[in-house]
Amino acid sequence: MALHRIVWSEGVVRLVLTAVDRLTTPLLADDYLALADPLLSRRWPAGRVTQVRAETADATTLVIRPGRGWRPARMAGQYVPVGVRIDGVLHWRTYSLTTPPGRPGEPFSITVRALPDGRVSQHLAHRVRPGEVLRLGPAQGEFHLPDPPPGRLLLLTAGIGITPVMAMLRALAAGGRLAAGTDVLLVHSAPDPARTVFGPELRAMDQRLPWFRLYEHHTRAGARPAGHLTLARLPAVCPDWRERATFVCGPAALLESARRRWAVEGLAGRLHFERFCPLPPAPSLGGTGPQTARVSFAASGVETAAGTGTPLLEAGEAAGVAMPSGCRMGICFGCVSPLLHGRVRDLRTGEVRGEPGDLIQTCVSAACGPVTLDL
Amino acid sequence: MATALPTDPAAPDPSDAPPRSTDTEALGRELDRIRAEVLARRGAEDARYIHTVVAVHRRLEVGGRLALAISLLPPAWLAGTAALTTAKILENLELGHNIMHGQWDWMRDPAIHSTTWEWDNPTPAYAWKHTHNHIHHTWTNVVGRDRDLGFTVLRMSEEQPWRPVHLLQPFYTALGAPFFEWLAALYDLEADAVLQRRKPLRAFLRDAVNTVCKGARQAAKDYLLFPLLAGPSAVPCLLGNLTANTARSLWAHTVIFCGHFPDGVRSFTEEETEHETRGQWYLRQALGSANIEGGTALHVLTGNLSHQIEHHLFPDLPSNRYAEIAPRVRDVLTAHGIPYTTGPLLQQYASTWARICRMALPNLHRAAPGRPRGEDPA
Ligand SMILES: Cc1cc2nc3c(=O)[nH]c(=O)nc-3n(C[C@H](O)[C@H](O)[C@H](O)COP(=O)(O)OP(=O)(O)OC[C@H]3O[C@@H](n4cnc5c(N)ncnc54)[C@H](O)[C@@H]3O)c2cc1C
Ligand code: FES
Repeated sequence: MALHRIVWSEGVVRLVLTAVDRLTTPLLADDYLALADPLLSRRWPAGRVTQVRAETADATTLVIRPGRGWRPARMAGQYVPVGVRIDGVLHWRTYSLTTPPGRPGEPFSITVRALPDGRVSQHLAHRVRPGEVLRLGPAQGEFHLPDPPPGRLLLLTAGIGITPVMAMLRALAAGGRLAAGTDVLLVHSAPDPARTVFGPELRAMDQRLPWFRLYEHHTRAGARPAGHLTLARLPAVCPDWRERATFVCGPAALLESARRRWAVEGLAGRLHFERFCPLPPAPSLGGTGPQTARVSFAASGVETAAGTGTPLLEAGEAAGVAMPSGCRMGICFGCVSPLLHGRVRDLRTGEVRGEPGDLIQTCVSAACGPVTLDL
Repeated sequence: MATALPTDPAAPDPSDAPPRSTDTEALGRELDRIRAEVLARRGAEDARYIHTVVAVHRRLEVGGRLALAISLLPPAWLAGTAALTTAKILENLELGHNIMHGQWDWMRDPAIHSTTWEWDNPTPAYAWKHTHNHIHHTWTNVVGRDRDLGFTVLRMSEEQPWRPVHLLQPFYTALGAPFFEWLAALYDLEADAVLQRRKPLRAFLRDAVNTVCKGARQAAKDYLLFPLLAGPSAVPCLLGNLTANTARSLWAHTVIFCGHFPDGVRSFTEEETEHETRGQWYLRQALGSANIEGGTALHVLTGNLSHQIEHHLFPDLPSNRYAEIAPRVRDVLTAHGIPYTTGPLLQQYASTWARICRMALPNLHRAAPGRPRGEDPA
C-alpha cells in the first residue's frame, strides 16, 4: 500500500514535470529544480556528502545522501561512478559501496584510499567536507553475492580491496536469517592493525558473529614483517578453499595469481573478482600498418586522428566530445558506446572486433583503421 | 616589422596586397603564447563564472515569467519583461553562443557542453554549430566562403557582386532586425547551398522539418502556453514575451553586425587564404573582426562578443577571459602594425549602417582585390 503510494506519487510528479517541460523547452523543468537543490535533478543525478569519517591515516569514509535521480544498488558489492569537480573539471571514478543496498534516497557510503598522486582519491579522502555535492552514476557491477547467499564463502581481500566485501559482510550481518551451516571466512591483508581499513569493525564481527571468521595478514607489522599475502598460504588458512564460493578484491598481482590458481584447478566458475586498477596494455600491433586512424563521432560531428594505440575515450576527449566514462580502465562499462563503422582493437587483449551496432568500451579500445562512433 | 601590412587600413591603395609577411609567424607564436597562458590558468574560477551565469539566467527567467503571470499590473509587466529580456539575451549570447563554441567543454560536464547544449532559439543547436562554428569561424570574411559576410542577402563588401536588389538592403535589414532569430533559423537551413549543390535536398528537408518543429515549440511556449496560464493577464503576458523576443533579436542583430562590418574591417578573397599558416589565419581573424568598447555589463550582455577580435583569434577560450587578454592582444597586434578596430557601441553601429547603405550602391570604381573593406575610394 505504502509502496503503491510512493510509486504513484513519483509517477504523478513525473507527469507534471513532463507537462512543465513544454514551458521550459529547450531546458527541462528538472534544470530549474536543480537550481533550488542539485539533488532534485533526475537528469544529472547527484548526492550530498553528509559525513566524513577517517578510517585510517589515508582512507576516509564518505556518507552520501543521494538525490532523486540516483539508481541505488540492488546487490551488496556493487559500485557507483562518482563525479568530482576539481579545478573546474569534472572527473569520474568508480567506488564500491560499503553499505548494503538501501531504498531510493537512503544514504550510502563509500570508502576511499588516497593514492600518493591520485587526483580524485586525494580529493575525496582528504579535502571533501560535509555539504559538498558529488555527481553520481547508477550503481552497478557484477561483483556481488548471489541471492540467496551461498552457505560457505571465502573472501580474499587486500588493502582497500576490502570495500565491496565490507558491503557484503554488512548485508549478511544485517540480513538476519542465514541458512544453517553458513560459514564465512575473510582472509584480509593490510600493512598492520592500525592501517587496516574497518579493522575494529571486522574484529568485533569476528567476536560477535558465530558464522564469521577473520584471518588478518599483516605485511609490515612485528619484528619480522610477513610480506605480501600469497596463495601459498591459502591451504593452511582455509583447507577447504576449493569447496567455497570465493570473492577476491585487491591489487592486480593478487587477482592475477588467484585467477590462475583457480583456473588450473578447474574452479574458475567459483571465483569472482573485482579489479580496481588498470591492466598493463597489450603490446601494440608492431611496425606494420598506419600508426594513426581517422575517428569520427557521428552525433557530435567531430572527426579526429588517433593513434592506433590510443584509447578512443582519450581521442574523443582530446577532440572535445562529451565522452561517457567511468573507471577508464575497462571495468565499469560506463564508457560503452555504439560502434557505427570500422573495427577496434582491445588494448588489453589485442583482440580485434567490430560489427556495426557493437557496443564497445572506448576506454580500452583503439581504432584499427577508420572508425565511427555514435557519440 | 610587417612590411607588407597597410599601416593605415583606410589608405585607398589599389596595390594593397594581402598582408603576407614572414612576421605572421612571429605573430602566431606571440598569440599562441597568450592562449597557452590562459589554458594554464583556466580552472575553478572560470567554472564558477559560467555556473553563476547559468544560475542568474534561470533565476531571471523564472522571476520574469512569474511577474508576467500577473502583468495586468503595469509594474509587474515592466519588471517581468525586463527580467525576461535580460534572461533571453544571456541565454542567447553568453550561454548559448559560447557554450556551443565549446568554450566550456574542458569542464567535461555534460550539463554544460557543446555537444549537449540546446538553446531558446528556433534554429536547432546542430544547424547553428555547422554554419557558425564550422563555416563562419573557418572562413571568416572570405568572400564566397563566409556566408555570414552579408548572410547571403546583404552586400557587405566591394568584392561581392552588386545586384539591383541591394538597393533595398537598408530597408530589409531594418525590417528584418526585429525578427533576427527567425531569419537566422532560415539562414541556417542553407537553401543557397542546395541551389549550389553543396547540400543534398534530402538533408535540407530534414533540417527544415527540425527547424519548424523547434520553432513551433519555442513559439508555443511564449505565445500560447504562458499567456494561457496567465489567465486574466494573458494579453499583457503575450506582449511581454513578444517584447522580450524582439528586444533580444534587435540586440543580437546589433552585436553581430558590429562584430564584422564596422569601418576598418577587411574582407578577403579565397586565393588569399590558400595555404594559410596558423599565423596568417590569426592575421585574417584580427583584420576581419571589430570590438565594442564598454563596461562589464555591456561585455556580459554581448556574450563578450564585444571582444570579437579576441573571440575570433581564440574561439574556444572561455569568454570571461577575453577582457583580461584584450590589452595584450591589442599590444601584440599594434606592435605588428595590424589595426585593432574598436569603438563605442554607437559609433560602431553607425559605421555598420553606413556600410550597409554604401554597399547598397554599386562600386563607384572597380575594386582591387584585397582592398580594405568599407573604404569608398571616390
Ligand atoms: C569497480 C571499482 C571499484 C573501486 N572501488 C574503490 C574503493 O572502494 N575505494 C577506493 O579507494 N578505490 C576504488 N577504486 C579505484 C578508484 O576508482 C580510483 O581508481 C582510485 O581512487 C584512483 O583514482 P585517482 O584519481 O586518485 O588516481 P589517478 O590520478 O587516476 O592515478 C594516480 C596514479 O595511481 C595509479 N592508479 C590508479 N588507480 C589505481 C588503483 N586502483 N590502484 C593502484 N594504482 C592506481 C595510476 O596509474 C596513476 O599512476 C575502484 C575502482 C573500480 C574500477
Ligand atoms: S570507462 Fe569503464 S569500461 Fe571504460
